Amino acid sequence: MENNTQGTTTLQLVLAWGFVGIPLVWGVFQTLLNALKLFQ
Amino acid sequence: METGTGGGGWFSRARTVARPGYSRWMVPPAALCVHLCIGQAYAFSVFNLPMTKLIGISESAPDDWKLTELGWIFSLAIFFLGVSSAVFGRWVEEGGPRKAMFTAACCWAGGFLISAFGVAIHNLWVIYLGYGVLGGIALGIGYISPVSTLIKWFPDRPGMATGMAIMGFGGGAFIASPLSVWLMGKFTTATHIGVMETFVVLAVVYFIFMIVGSIIVRVPPADWKPEGYVAPKANKLISTNDVYVYDALKTPQFWLIWVVLCVNTTAGIGVLGQASAMSQEMFPGHITPIAAAGLVGLMSLFNMGGRFAWATTSDYIGRRNTYFVFMTLGFILYCLVPLTGSAGSIAGFVLCFLIIISMYGGGFSTVPAYLRDMFGTRYVGAIHGLLLTAWSAAGIFGPVLVNYIRQYNIAHDVPKAQAYNTTMYIMAGLFVIGFICNFLVRAVDARYHMKAENRGAALGAAGQPAKA
Repeated sequence: MENNTQGTTTLQLVLAWGFVGIPLVWGVFQTLLNALKLFQ
Repeated sequence: METGTGGGGWFSRARTVARPGYSRWMVPPAALCVHLCIGQAYAFSVFNLPMTKLIGISESAPDDWKLTELGWIFSLAIFFLGVSSAVFGRWVEEGGPRKAMFTAACCWAGGFLISAFGVAIHNLWVIYLGYGVLGGIALGIGYISPVSTLIKWFPDRPGMATGMAIMGFGGGAFIASPLSVWLMGKFTTATHIGVMETFVVLAVVYFIFMIVGSIIVRVPPADWKPEGYVAPKANKLISTNDVYVYDALKTPQFWLIWVVLCVNTTAGIGVLGQASAMSQEMFPGHITPIAAAGLVGLMSLFNMGGRFAWATTSDYIGRRNTYFVFMTLGFILYCLVPLTGSAGSIAGFVLCFLIIISMYGGGFSTVPAYLRDMFGTRYVGAIHGLLLTAWSAAGIFGPVLVNYIRQYNIAHDVPKAQAYNTTMYIMAGLFVIGFICNFLVRAVDARYHMKAENRGAALGAAGQPAKA
Protein backbone atom coordinates (compact mmCIF):
# COMPACT_ATOMS: atom_id res chain seq x y z
CA MET A 1 0.00 0.00 0.00
CA GLU A 2 1.34 3.44 -0.82
CA ASN A 3 2.28 5.87 1.92
CA ASN A 4 0.18 8.66 0.40
CA THR A 5 -2.51 9.17 3.02
CA GLN A 6 -4.29 12.14 1.42
CA GLY A 7 -7.85 11.39 2.41
CA THR A 8 -11.27 12.23 1.07
CA THR A 9 -12.21 15.82 1.88
CA THR A 10 -15.61 17.03 3.06
CA LEU A 11 -15.91 19.01 -0.17
CA GLN A 12 -15.45 15.86 -2.24
CA LEU A 13 -18.14 14.11 -0.23
CA VAL A 14 -20.55 17.04 -0.61
CA LEU A 15 -19.90 17.21 -4.36
CA ALA A 16 -20.35 13.46 -4.82
CA TRP A 17 -23.60 13.32 -2.84
CA GLY A 18 -24.87 16.52 -4.43
CA PHE A 19 -24.14 15.14 -7.90
CA VAL A 20 -26.58 12.26 -7.35
CA GLY A 21 -28.75 13.76 -4.63
CA ILE A 22 -29.95 16.91 -6.40
CA PRO A 23 -31.38 15.12 -9.48
CA LEU A 24 -32.91 12.47 -7.24
CA VAL A 25 -34.62 15.00 -4.98
CA TRP A 26 -35.89 16.89 -8.05
CA GLY A 27 -37.31 13.65 -9.46
CA VAL A 28 -38.94 12.67 -6.18
CA PHE A 29 -40.50 16.14 -5.93
CA GLN A 30 -41.94 15.86 -9.45
CA THR A 31 -43.36 12.42 -8.64
CA LEU A 32 -44.81 13.68 -5.36
CA LEU A 33 -46.62 16.47 -7.22
CA ASN A 34 -48.08 13.83 -9.52
CA ALA A 35 -49.00 11.57 -6.62
CA LEU A 36 -50.96 14.37 -4.93
CA LYS A 37 -53.60 13.96 -7.66
CA LEU A 38 -54.76 10.86 -5.80
CA PHE A 39 -56.04 13.08 -3.00
CA GLN A 40 -57.68 15.75 -5.19
CA MET B 1 -7.78 -3.58 -21.25
CA GLU B 2 -6.81 -6.80 -19.53
CA THR B 3 -9.34 -9.25 -18.34
CA GLY B 4 -7.58 -10.48 -15.28
CA THR B 5 -7.88 -9.17 -11.82
CA GLY B 6 -4.42 -7.83 -11.43
CA GLY B 7 -1.98 -6.11 -13.78
CA GLY B 8 -1.85 -2.49 -14.83
CA GLY B 9 -4.35 -0.33 -16.59
CA TRP B 10 -6.71 2.27 -15.22
CA PHE B 11 -9.61 -0.16 -15.40
CA SER B 12 -7.98 -2.97 -13.46
CA ARG B 13 -9.21 -3.94 -10.03
CA ALA B 14 -5.72 -3.35 -8.65
CA ARG B 15 -5.86 0.32 -9.65
CA THR B 16 -9.12 0.84 -7.79
CA VAL B 17 -7.89 -0.27 -4.37
CA ALA B 18 -8.42 2.66 -2.00
CA ARG B 19 -5.57 4.57 -0.46
CA PRO B 20 -5.55 5.19 3.29
CA GLY B 21 -7.90 8.02 4.15
CA TYR B 22 -10.42 7.28 1.40
CA SER B 23 -13.92 7.66 2.81
CA ARG B 24 -16.23 4.71 2.23
CA TRP B 25 -19.09 7.22 1.97
CA MET B 26 -17.83 8.02 -1.54
CA VAL B 27 -18.89 4.57 -2.72
CA PRO B 28 -22.71 4.91 -2.39
CA PRO B 29 -22.77 8.00 -4.67
CA ALA B 30 -20.53 6.14 -7.13
CA ALA B 31 -23.05 3.29 -7.14
CA LEU B 32 -25.95 5.74 -7.44
CA CYS B 33 -24.31 7.31 -10.51
CA VAL B 34 -24.89 4.00 -12.26
CA HIS B 35 -28.18 2.90 -10.72
CA LEU B 36 -29.93 6.26 -11.19
CA CYS B 37 -29.07 6.07 -14.91
CA ILE B 38 -30.05 2.48 -15.60
CA GLY B 39 -33.20 2.98 -13.52
CA GLN B 40 -34.42 4.92 -16.55
CA ALA B 41 -35.66 1.55 -17.81
CA TYR B 42 -38.74 1.86 -15.59
CA ALA B 43 -39.62 5.09 -17.41
CA PHE B 44 -39.15 3.87 -20.97
CA SER B 45 -42.92 3.79 -21.45
CA VAL B 46 -42.94 7.62 -21.76
CA PHE B 47 -41.54 7.08 -25.28
CA ASN B 48 -44.18 4.58 -26.32
CA LEU B 49 -46.95 6.96 -27.39
CA PRO B 50 -44.66 9.48 -29.16
CA MET B 51 -43.03 6.58 -31.01
CA THR B 52 -46.41 5.53 -32.41
CA LYS B 53 -46.68 8.92 -34.16
CA LEU B 54 -43.21 9.41 -35.66
CA ILE B 55 -44.65 9.46 -39.20
CA GLY B 56 -48.20 10.66 -38.63
CA ILE B 57 -47.08 13.31 -36.05
CA SER B 58 -50.55 14.29 -34.77
CA GLU B 59 -51.92 10.74 -34.94
CA SER B 60 -50.62 7.31 -35.89
CA ALA B 61 -50.13 6.70 -39.63
CA PRO B 62 -50.53 3.18 -41.12
CA ASP B 63 -46.73 2.80 -41.29
CA ASP B 64 -46.22 3.94 -37.72
CA TRP B 65 -45.19 1.40 -35.07
CA LYS B 66 -47.88 -0.22 -32.91
CA LEU B 67 -47.83 -0.15 -29.11
CA THR B 68 -47.63 -3.95 -29.03
CA GLU B 69 -44.47 -3.85 -31.18
CA LEU B 70 -42.93 -1.16 -28.97
CA GLY B 71 -43.70 -3.15 -25.82
CA TRP B 72 -41.04 -5.66 -26.88
CA ILE B 73 -38.28 -3.07 -26.40
CA PHE B 74 -38.72 -3.07 -22.61
CA SER B 75 -39.34 -6.82 -22.45
CA LEU B 76 -36.11 -7.49 -24.37
CA ALA B 77 -34.16 -5.16 -22.10
CA ILE B 78 -35.39 -6.93 -18.95
CA PHE B 79 -34.70 -10.33 -20.52
CA PHE B 80 -31.12 -9.32 -21.34
CA LEU B 81 -30.75 -7.84 -17.85
CA GLY B 82 -31.27 -11.32 -16.41
CA VAL B 83 -29.11 -13.03 -19.02
CA SER B 84 -26.18 -10.61 -18.83
CA SER B 85 -26.10 -10.44 -15.02
CA ALA B 86 -25.95 -14.25 -14.95
CA VAL B 87 -23.40 -14.57 -17.77
CA PHE B 88 -21.11 -11.66 -16.86
CA GLY B 89 -21.43 -11.90 -13.05
CA ARG B 90 -18.09 -13.65 -12.54
CA TRP B 91 -16.34 -11.28 -14.95
CA VAL B 92 -17.77 -8.27 -13.08
CA GLU B 93 -16.66 -9.72 -9.75
CA GLU B 94 -13.12 -10.50 -10.84
CA GLY B 95 -12.59 -7.49 -13.11
CA GLY B 96 -13.68 -5.01 -10.44
CA PRO B 97 -16.32 -2.29 -10.30
CA ARG B 98 -14.57 0.34 -12.42
CA LYS B 99 -14.26 -1.86 -15.47
CA ALA B 100 -17.84 -3.06 -15.05
CA MET B 101 -19.23 0.45 -14.60
CA PHE B 102 -17.32 1.72 -17.62
CA THR B 103 -18.59 -1.19 -19.72
CA ALA B 104 -22.13 -0.54 -18.52
CA ALA B 105 -21.76 3.17 -19.42
CA CYS B 106 -20.58 2.33 -22.95
CA CYS B 107 -23.38 -0.21 -23.50
CA TRP B 108 -26.06 2.08 -22.02
CA ALA B 109 -25.04 5.16 -24.01
CA GLY B 110 -24.39 3.00 -27.08
CA GLY B 111 -27.84 1.48 -26.75
CA PHE B 112 -29.44 4.93 -26.78
CA LEU B 113 -27.34 6.09 -29.75
CA ILE B 114 -28.18 2.98 -31.78
CA SER B 115 -31.85 3.47 -30.89
CA ALA B 116 -31.63 7.11 -32.01
CA PHE B 117 -30.32 5.82 -35.34
CA GLY B 118 -33.20 3.34 -35.42
CA VAL B 119 -35.68 6.18 -34.93
CA ALA B 120 -33.94 8.26 -37.63
CA ILE B 121 -34.23 5.48 -40.25
CA HIS B 122 -37.52 4.24 -38.73
CA ASN B 123 -36.35 0.67 -38.23
CA LEU B 124 -37.70 -1.01 -35.09
CA TRP B 125 -35.22 -3.90 -35.27
CA VAL B 126 -32.38 -1.43 -34.78
CA ILE B 127 -34.10 -0.22 -31.58
CA TYR B 128 -34.60 -3.80 -30.41
CA LEU B 129 -30.86 -4.29 -30.90
CA GLY B 130 -29.91 -0.92 -29.35
CA TYR B 131 -32.06 -0.45 -26.27
CA GLY B 132 -33.31 -4.04 -26.00
CA VAL B 133 -30.08 -6.02 -26.36
CA LEU B 134 -27.21 -3.59 -25.72
CA GLY B 135 -29.21 -1.56 -23.17
CA GLY B 136 -30.32 -4.80 -21.49
CA ILE B 137 -26.69 -5.93 -21.17
CA ALA B 138 -25.88 -2.53 -19.61
CA LEU B 139 -28.75 -3.04 -17.15
CA GLY B 140 -27.42 -6.43 -16.05
CA ILE B 141 -23.76 -5.40 -15.72
CA GLY B 142 -24.59 -2.02 -14.20
CA TYR B 143 -27.07 -3.45 -11.70
CA ILE B 144 -24.63 -5.90 -10.12
CA SER B 145 -21.41 -3.88 -10.57
CA PRO B 146 -21.38 -1.99 -7.23
CA VAL B 147 -23.06 -4.63 -5.06
CA SER B 148 -20.10 -6.61 -3.74
CA THR B 149 -17.98 -3.44 -3.48
CA LEU B 150 -20.60 -1.85 -1.20
CA ILE B 151 -20.88 -5.01 0.90
CA LYS B 152 -17.10 -5.07 1.39
CA TRP B 153 -17.00 -1.39 2.39
CA PHE B 154 -19.93 -1.75 4.80
CA PRO B 155 -19.52 -5.11 6.58
CA ASP B 156 -21.29 -3.54 9.56
CA ARG B 157 -24.35 -2.44 7.51
CA PRO B 158 -24.45 -4.40 4.24
CA GLY B 159 -28.23 -4.12 3.93
CA MET B 160 -28.21 -0.34 4.21
CA ALA B 161 -25.32 -0.03 1.74
CA THR B 162 -26.86 -2.15 -1.01
CA GLY B 163 -30.26 -0.64 -0.19
CA MET B 164 -28.91 2.79 -1.10
CA ALA B 165 -27.68 1.65 -4.52
CA ILE B 166 -30.73 -0.40 -5.39
CA MET B 167 -32.94 2.44 -4.20
CA GLY B 168 -31.27 4.41 -7.01
CA PHE B 169 -32.54 1.91 -9.55
CA GLY B 170 -36.07 2.55 -8.30
CA GLY B 171 -35.47 6.31 -8.27
CA GLY B 172 -33.97 6.53 -11.76
CA ALA B 173 -37.41 6.65 -13.33
CA PHE B 174 -38.34 9.70 -11.26
CA ILE B 175 -35.62 11.66 -13.02
CA ALA B 176 -35.91 10.04 -16.44
CA SER B 177 -39.66 10.43 -16.83
CA PRO B 178 -40.01 14.23 -16.42
CA LEU B 179 -36.62 14.82 -18.07
CA SER B 180 -37.58 12.80 -21.16
CA VAL B 181 -40.97 14.51 -21.44
CA TRP B 182 -39.29 17.93 -21.13
CA LEU B 183 -36.62 17.08 -23.73
CA MET B 184 -39.16 15.72 -26.20
CA GLY B 185 -41.15 18.93 -25.76
CA LYS B 186 -38.05 20.98 -26.60
CA PHE B 187 -37.20 18.98 -29.74
CA THR B 188 -40.69 18.45 -31.07
CA THR B 189 -41.93 20.72 -33.85
CA ALA B 190 -45.09 20.82 -35.97
CA THR B 191 -43.51 18.39 -38.44
CA HIS B 192 -41.24 16.31 -36.24
CA ILE B 193 -41.37 14.40 -32.94
CA GLY B 194 -38.14 14.80 -30.98
CA VAL B 195 -37.57 11.23 -29.84
CA MET B 196 -34.26 10.81 -31.71
CA GLU B 197 -32.72 13.98 -30.28
CA THR B 198 -33.91 13.03 -26.79
CA PHE B 199 -32.19 9.64 -27.09
CA VAL B 200 -28.94 11.36 -28.12
CA VAL B 201 -29.05 13.83 -25.20
CA LEU B 202 -29.86 11.04 -22.74
CA ALA B 203 -26.96 8.98 -24.11
CA VAL B 204 -24.52 11.85 -23.45
CA VAL B 205 -25.92 12.73 -19.99
CA TYR B 206 -26.03 9.11 -18.81
CA PHE B 207 -22.54 8.40 -20.15
CA ILE B 208 -21.08 11.33 -18.19
CA PHE B 209 -22.91 10.31 -15.01
CA MET B 210 -21.83 6.70 -15.19
CA ILE B 211 -18.23 7.59 -16.00
CA VAL B 212 -18.10 9.82 -12.90
CA GLY B 213 -19.23 6.77 -10.92
CA SER B 214 -16.49 4.62 -12.41
CA ILE B 215 -13.89 7.30 -11.62
CA ILE B 216 -14.73 7.73 -7.94
CA VAL B 217 -15.43 4.10 -7.06
CA ARG B 218 -12.79 2.23 -5.03
CA VAL B 219 -12.53 -1.25 -3.57
CA PRO B 220 -11.21 -1.66 -0.02
CA PRO B 221 -7.76 -3.21 0.56
CA ALA B 222 -7.83 -6.94 1.38
CA ASP B 223 -9.06 -7.62 4.91
CA TRP B 224 -9.98 -3.94 5.44
CA LYS B 225 -12.49 -3.29 8.21
CA PRO B 226 -14.07 0.02 9.28
CA GLU B 227 -12.77 1.70 12.40
CA GLY B 228 -14.27 0.25 15.55
CA TYR B 229 -15.81 -2.62 13.62
CA VAL B 230 -16.99 -5.44 15.84
CA ALA B 231 -17.72 -8.68 14.04
CA PRO B 232 -21.29 -9.88 14.61
CA LYS B 233 -21.79 -12.53 17.26
CA ALA B 234 -21.49 -16.08 16.00
CA ASN B 235 -24.58 -16.74 13.91
CA LYS B 236 -25.13 -19.88 11.89
CA LEU B 237 -26.90 -17.84 9.22
CA ILE B 238 -24.02 -15.39 8.72
CA SER B 239 -21.14 -17.24 7.11
CA THR B 240 -17.52 -16.15 7.36
CA ASN B 241 -16.64 -18.54 4.53
CA ASP B 242 -16.83 -17.89 0.82
CA VAL B 243 -18.53 -20.10 -1.75
CA TYR B 244 -17.37 -20.17 -5.38
CA VAL B 245 -19.95 -18.73 -7.74
CA TYR B 246 -20.80 -21.95 -9.59
CA ASP B 247 -20.71 -24.03 -6.40
CA ALA B 248 -23.46 -21.79 -5.04
CA LEU B 249 -25.73 -23.17 -7.77
CA LYS B 250 -25.30 -26.65 -6.27
CA THR B 251 -26.62 -25.59 -2.87
CA PRO B 252 -30.31 -25.78 -1.90
CA GLN B 253 -29.94 -22.35 -0.28
CA PHE B 254 -29.45 -20.64 -3.65
CA TRP B 255 -32.63 -22.17 -5.09
CA LEU B 256 -34.68 -21.57 -1.95
CA ILE B 257 -33.74 -17.88 -2.01
CA TRP B 258 -34.40 -17.89 -5.77
CA VAL B 259 -37.99 -19.04 -5.12
CA VAL B 260 -38.44 -16.52 -2.29
CA LEU B 261 -37.28 -13.65 -4.51
CA CYS B 262 -39.38 -14.90 -7.43
CA VAL B 263 -42.51 -15.05 -5.24
CA ASN B 264 -41.95 -11.59 -3.80
CA THR B 265 -41.25 -10.11 -7.24
CA THR B 266 -44.16 -11.88 -8.93
CA ALA B 267 -46.54 -10.47 -6.34
CA GLY B 268 -45.19 -6.94 -6.69
CA ILE B 269 -44.71 -6.82 -10.46
CA GLY B 270 -48.23 -8.14 -11.03
CA VAL B 271 -49.88 -5.22 -9.29
CA LEU B 272 -47.28 -2.59 -10.23
CA GLY B 273 -48.11 -2.85 -13.91
CA GLN B 274 -51.86 -3.09 -13.40
CA ALA B 275 -52.42 -0.78 -10.43
CA SER B 276 -54.02 1.97 -12.50
CA ALA B 277 -56.58 -0.25 -14.24
CA MET B 278 -57.16 -2.39 -11.15
CA SER B 279 -57.91 0.55 -8.86
CA GLN B 280 -60.37 2.06 -11.35
CA GLU B 281 -62.16 -1.25 -11.89
CA MET B 282 -62.36 -2.14 -8.20
CA PHE B 283 -63.68 1.33 -7.28
CA PRO B 284 -65.62 2.46 -10.36
CA GLY B 285 -66.65 6.09 -10.18
CA HIS B 286 -64.51 6.70 -7.10
CA ILE B 287 -60.96 6.40 -8.48
CA THR B 288 -60.63 8.49 -11.66
CA PRO B 289 -57.86 7.98 -14.26
CA ILE B 290 -56.05 11.06 -12.83
CA ALA B 291 -56.28 9.73 -9.28
CA ALA B 292 -55.08 6.33 -10.53
CA ALA B 293 -52.03 8.00 -12.07
CA GLY B 294 -51.41 9.59 -8.66
CA LEU B 295 -51.63 6.15 -7.06
CA VAL B 296 -49.03 4.81 -9.49
CA GLY B 297 -46.73 7.72 -8.59
CA LEU B 298 -47.21 7.08 -4.89
CA MET B 299 -46.49 3.38 -5.39
CA SER B 300 -43.25 4.26 -7.20
CA LEU B 301 -42.19 6.34 -4.20
CA PHE B 302 -42.91 3.45 -1.83
CA ASN B 303 -41.09 1.09 -4.19
CA MET B 304 -38.01 3.31 -3.92
CA GLY B 305 -38.33 4.07 -0.19
CA GLY B 306 -38.93 0.40 0.61
CA ARG B 307 -35.64 -0.51 -1.01
CA PHE B 308 -33.73 1.57 1.50
CA ALA B 309 -35.96 1.12 4.55
CA TRP B 310 -36.38 -2.67 4.42
CA ALA B 311 -32.72 -3.37 3.55
CA THR B 312 -31.61 -1.16 6.46
CA THR B 313 -34.08 -2.88 8.76
CA SER B 314 -32.60 -6.23 7.74
CA ASP B 315 -29.27 -5.16 9.30
CA TYR B 316 -31.03 -5.14 12.68
CA ILE B 317 -33.55 -7.99 12.50
CA GLY B 318 -31.65 -10.30 10.12
CA ARG B 319 -32.20 -11.16 6.49
CA ARG B 320 -34.24 -14.34 7.02
CA ASN B 321 -36.55 -12.57 9.46
CA THR B 322 -37.02 -9.70 6.99
CA TYR B 323 -38.25 -12.16 4.37
CA PHE B 324 -40.50 -13.80 6.97
CA VAL B 325 -42.07 -10.35 7.44
CA PHE B 326 -42.48 -9.97 3.64
CA MET B 327 -44.11 -13.39 3.28
CA THR B 328 -46.42 -13.09 6.31
CA LEU B 329 -47.43 -9.48 5.73
CA GLY B 330 -47.80 -10.13 1.99
CA PHE B 331 -50.14 -13.06 2.68
CA ILE B 332 -52.30 -11.00 5.05
CA LEU B 333 -52.43 -7.94 2.76
CA TYR B 334 -53.31 -9.92 -0.39
CA CYS B 335 -56.14 -11.61 1.54
CA LEU B 336 -57.33 -8.17 2.68
CA VAL B 337 -57.36 -6.52 -0.78
CA PRO B 338 -60.63 -8.18 -1.96
CA LEU B 339 -62.23 -7.24 1.38
CA THR B 340 -61.27 -3.58 0.93
CA GLY B 341 -62.92 -3.76 -2.50
CA SER B 342 -66.19 -5.22 -1.22
CA ALA B 343 -66.18 -2.79 1.75
CA GLY B 344 -65.51 0.15 -0.58
CA SER B 345 -62.49 1.19 1.48
CA ILE B 346 -60.21 3.13 -0.85
CA ALA B 347 -57.87 4.06 2.01
CA GLY B 348 -57.51 0.39 2.98
CA PHE B 349 -56.88 -0.60 -0.65
CA VAL B 350 -54.23 2.09 -1.14
CA LEU B 351 -52.53 1.24 2.16
CA CYS B 352 -52.37 -2.48 1.30
CA PHE B 353 -50.81 -1.79 -2.08
CA LEU B 354 -48.31 0.74 -0.75
CA ILE B 355 -47.01 -1.74 1.82
CA ILE B 356 -46.95 -4.55 -0.77
CA ILE B 357 -44.97 -2.43 -3.20
CA SER B 358 -42.52 -1.30 -0.50
CA MET B 359 -41.84 -5.00 0.18
CA TYR B 360 -41.41 -5.62 -3.55
CA GLY B 361 -38.60 -3.05 -3.57
CA GLY B 362 -37.31 -4.32 -0.24
CA GLY B 363 -37.03 -7.84 -1.65
CA PHE B 364 -34.60 -6.65 -4.32
CA SER B 365 -32.45 -4.59 -1.99
CA THR B 366 -32.24 -7.10 0.87
CA VAL B 367 -31.29 -10.09 -1.24
CA PRO B 368 -27.61 -9.14 -1.88
CA ALA B 369 -26.98 -9.04 1.88
CA TYR B 370 -28.89 -12.33 2.27
CA LEU B 371 -26.54 -13.87 -0.30
CA ARG B 372 -23.56 -12.36 1.52
CA ASP B 373 -24.74 -14.01 4.74
CA MET B 374 -25.06 -17.38 2.99
CA PHE B 375 -22.16 -17.43 0.52
CA GLY B 376 -19.61 -14.89 1.84
CA THR B 377 -18.40 -11.72 0.13
CA ARG B 378 -15.94 -13.05 -2.48
CA TYR B 379 -18.42 -13.93 -5.23
CA VAL B 380 -21.56 -12.29 -3.90
CA GLY B 381 -21.91 -10.02 -6.94
CA ALA B 382 -21.69 -12.91 -9.37
CA ILE B 383 -24.09 -15.06 -7.32
CA HIS B 384 -26.45 -12.08 -7.19
CA GLY B 385 -26.26 -11.90 -10.96
CA LEU B 386 -27.34 -15.54 -11.26
CA LEU B 387 -30.18 -14.96 -8.80
CA LEU B 388 -31.61 -12.14 -10.92
CA THR B 389 -32.96 -14.79 -13.31
CA ALA B 390 -35.74 -14.99 -10.69
CA TRP B 391 -36.65 -11.43 -11.70
CA SER B 392 -36.92 -12.42 -15.36
CA ALA B 393 -39.15 -15.36 -14.43
CA ALA B 394 -41.32 -13.13 -12.25
CA GLY B 395 -41.59 -10.66 -15.10
CA ILE B 396 -43.53 -13.37 -16.95
CA PHE B 397 -45.51 -14.89 -14.02
CA GLY B 398 -46.73 -11.62 -12.46
CA PRO B 399 -48.50 -9.96 -15.40
CA VAL B 400 -49.76 -13.35 -16.66
CA LEU B 401 -51.38 -14.13 -13.32
CA VAL B 402 -53.08 -10.74 -13.10
CA ASN B 403 -54.11 -10.26 -16.74
CA TYR B 404 -55.15 -13.76 -17.78
CA ILE B 405 -57.11 -14.60 -14.63
CA ARG B 406 -58.90 -11.23 -14.83
CA GLN B 407 -59.73 -11.95 -18.46
CA TYR B 408 -60.96 -15.44 -17.62
CA ASN B 409 -63.18 -14.12 -14.81
CA ILE B 410 -64.69 -11.38 -16.98
CA ALA B 411 -65.35 -13.95 -19.73
CA HIS B 412 -67.25 -15.98 -17.11
CA ASP B 413 -69.48 -13.03 -16.09
CA VAL B 414 -67.64 -12.11 -12.89
CA PRO B 415 -68.20 -8.37 -12.21
CA LYS B 416 -65.14 -6.24 -13.02
CA ALA B 417 -64.87 -5.06 -9.42
CA GLN B 418 -64.37 -8.69 -8.31
CA ALA B 419 -62.35 -9.90 -11.30
CA TYR B 420 -59.06 -9.59 -9.42
CA ASN B 421 -60.11 -11.47 -6.26
CA THR B 422 -58.92 -14.91 -7.47
CA THR B 423 -55.54 -13.44 -8.40
CA MET B 424 -55.18 -11.85 -4.98
CA TYR B 425 -55.79 -15.20 -3.27
CA ILE B 426 -53.35 -16.93 -5.63
CA MET B 427 -50.73 -14.30 -4.76
CA ALA B 428 -51.43 -14.92 -1.06
CA GLY B 429 -50.90 -18.63 -1.73
CA LEU B 430 -47.56 -17.88 -3.40
CA PHE B 431 -46.45 -16.14 -0.21
CA VAL B 432 -47.12 -19.36 1.72
CA ILE B 433 -44.74 -21.18 -0.67
CA GLY B 434 -42.21 -18.38 -0.18
CA PHE B 435 -42.57 -18.62 3.60
CA ILE B 436 -41.88 -22.37 3.54
CA CYS B 437 -38.82 -21.91 1.29
CA ASN B 438 -37.46 -19.17 3.54
CA PHE B 439 -38.08 -21.40 6.56
CA LEU B 440 -36.02 -24.16 4.96
CA VAL B 441 -32.96 -21.92 4.48
CA ARG B 442 -30.10 -23.19 6.66
CA ALA B 443 -26.37 -22.46 6.76
CA VAL B 444 -24.49 -23.66 3.66
CA ASP B 445 -22.79 -27.04 4.10
CA ALA B 446 -19.04 -26.74 4.77
CA ARG B 447 -18.19 -28.88 1.75
CA TYR B 448 -19.11 -25.94 -0.50
CA HIS B 449 -16.75 -23.50 1.25
CA MET B 450 -13.74 -22.34 -0.73
CA LYS B 451 -10.47 -23.92 0.44
CA ALA B 452 -8.04 -21.71 2.34
CA GLU B 453 -5.47 -21.58 -0.51
CA ASN B 454 -8.13 -20.61 -3.05
CA ARG B 455 -9.49 -17.94 -0.73
CA GLY B 456 -6.00 -16.56 -0.28
CA ALA B 457 -5.47 -16.36 -4.03
CA ALA B 458 -8.84 -14.79 -4.49
CA LEU B 459 -8.27 -12.19 -1.82
CA GLY B 460 -4.86 -11.44 -3.26
CA ALA B 461 -6.54 -10.71 -6.54
CA ALA B 462 -7.91 -7.58 -4.95
CA GLY B 463 -4.46 -6.26 -5.77
CA GLN B 464 -2.46 -3.42 -4.43
CA PRO B 465 -3.57 0.10 -3.56
CA ALA B 466 -4.51 2.41 -6.41
CA LYS B 467 -1.60 4.19 -8.05
CA ALA B 468 -3.80 6.69 -9.80
